[in-house]
Amino acid sequence: MQFAFTEEQQELFSYVQEFCDEKLKPFAAETDKAHEYPWDKVKQVAEMDLFGIPVPEEYGGAGLGFLEWAVIGELMSAACTTTGAVYGAHMLAEYPILFFGTHEQKEKYLTRLATGESIGGFGLTEPMAGSDAGSVRTTAIKDGDDYVLNGTKIFITNGGDAEIYVVIANAQPERGMRGITAFILEKGMPGFEFGKNEEKMAYKSLSNRELIFNDCRVPAENVLHKPGRGFQVAMETLRVGRIGMAIGAVGLAQAAFDAAIEYAQVREQFGEKIANFQLIQMHLANMATEIEAGRLLTYRAAWLKDQGLAFEKEAAMAKLKTSEVAAMVTSTAVQVHGGYGYCSEYPVERYMREAKLFEIVEGTSEIQRLVIANQLLKDAPRPQ
Amino acid sequence: MKIIVSIKQVPDTTEVKINPETGTLIRDGVPSIINPFDENAIEAALQLVEQHGGEVIVISMGPPQAEQALREALAMGADRAILISDRCFAGADTLATSYVLSQAVRRIGDFDLIFCGKQAFDGDTGQVGPGLAEHLGIPQITYAIGIEELTDKHIQIKRLLSDGFESVRAPLPCLITAVKQLNEPRMPGLKARMKAKKSEVEAWNCDCLGASQDRCGLDGSPTSVWKVFSPTRHVEGEMIEGETTAQKINTLIDKLREAKVL
Repeated sequence: MQFAFTEEQQELFSYVQEFCDEKLKPFAAETDKAHEYPWDKVKQVAEMDLFGIPVPEEYGGAGLGFLEWAVIGELMSAACTTTGAVYGAHMLAEYPILFFGTHEQKEKYLTRLATGESIGGFGLTEPMAGSDAGSVRTTAIKDGDDYVLNGTKIFITNGGDAEIYVVIANAQPERGMRGITAFILEKGMPGFEFGKNEEKMAYKSLSNRELIFNDCRVPAENVLHKPGRGFQVAMETLRVGRIGMAIGAVGLAQAAFDAAIEYAQVREQFGEKIANFQLIQMHLANMATEIEAGRLLTYRAAWLKDQGLAFEKEAAMAKLKTSEVAAMVTSTAVQVHGGYGYCSEYPVERYMREAKLFEIVEGTSEIQRLVIANQLLKDAPRPQ
Repeated sequence: MKIIVSIKQVPDTTEVKINPETGTLIRDGVPSIINPFDENAIEAALQLVEQHGGEVIVISMGPPQAEQALREALAMGADRAILISDRCFAGADTLATSYVLSQAVRRIGDFDLIFCGKQAFDGDTGQVGPGLAEHLGIPQITYAIGIEELTDKHIQIKRLLSDGFESVRAPLPCLITAVKQLNEPRMPGLKARMKAKKSEVEAWNCDCLGASQDRCGLDGSPTSVWKVFSPTRHVEGEMIEGETTAQKINTLIDKLREAKVL
């Protein structure tokens, strides 16, 4: 067991850090306030070749692992949570094509995602199907060489701005879950439209739109994996997606902690820096300890994935822990700032609103506990 | 268009710490970077080659670890990188340094332009670029803030002066030194960095430059550093306290009167 990054990894992270410090962090507040998809930031991330970290070089990626992808996502999220969210959601289209796609599908779609030429989105959630992925009502009925999609997806991150989507629909509704099939869709396909952009508590510039399928014809060659195996595609994607949410939460928590420890050393009360007060020190110690615990869980889940080992339980644990850590740390960071922390002039006010997202998306904390418990009970020795 | 860029590797800090006992720079634990103004020089060269075609050759005189700065330049998009390194170059002042660089330029052969940063972040002399032009007997335009025109015969540069701007035209070949406002240096992507790691950095020493040893390093340096020190700050600033802005202003006025400024 060793916890150190290699020299190559350190070098990689140090210039990603430099990029984040120079190009993302100074603009984070205005990026959020713009209410506009952060295209300029997305282009810069693409120019840095960061959208295809775990994709093999032959498909335009960097040929590195999910651990590198995770650490880079953390740095990005700490600098600019909006850009971090784009980076995380992008993987939800990139990963299933990487994992399940044919060579032709990879050449056609994965390359564009890995180079950042196109942004990706993942269409699973529906008004009546969130964590209950088996109950999607979007249908995909076979008609000649095509499938005809009808239905609506909601809350889709990067929706409308992304060009490549992995969409989960049911090709044989009478077969229930066994009819569920994954498709690769492109923006601009006839019958593929976008609905309203959700107004949210935070992430004002991130797009979360409806995907509307109105007799949308998709060629059979765009079926990802096999017909009827869409549930498997969705579950596998969510596993990696949970690592993605976990790194986003760790990055956000770190940013909130950094703001709090800086403020505590500057703010004076009763003639002293508040960092000298033990109750403030307790907050700082608790925050840092929780962040470190969440970070290690997350890195380990990513490492397991890179080793080809089972990582479902660990990814769920990481997502559960880090989203609760982000909620606690951002709230405490506001507390350390006192009244100023409640004002939007300081970033911690935004961090606290942003943190709530992590306890909800990609499976709520309640769902994560179910996933973890299911796995625990499956692995537990049967009592005699 | 063949453009040579001369760069220097410097410690990554604007506040270089100095060992008060030995008078030398404390480099331990300080990562090295390309001198920021030299990044502007590289960027200018890359942009010109993108517009006019040609190649960018980056050279650096320094210890073996300066190879890292050259790889960074390769990652930015330079076509060729040459490390000019030899034990006998150690302790060079600006005259000896610019002499060695001029020998390297001669060895490269024909060229159209040389770009340098206006000065190095650590030494701050601003003499190596102009010195190099003198050794080569070519015109120089310092403090370039804009490139107004470039043909195969001449270049016209907008110079940043302390009290305004100046447009200067010179025939090629010519040496230009860049200021920060000339451009925004690009940040190389991951793939370019990975490729640059595997690229060749040529190594030239004193012999292959045909440089005369007595003009290199300490021997070739008529100037020597007598003493290096951090200036001590004698006067602490004073914060003027007060309940209201008016009180603070009155206190300030009193103090200025006391100091006989008002």
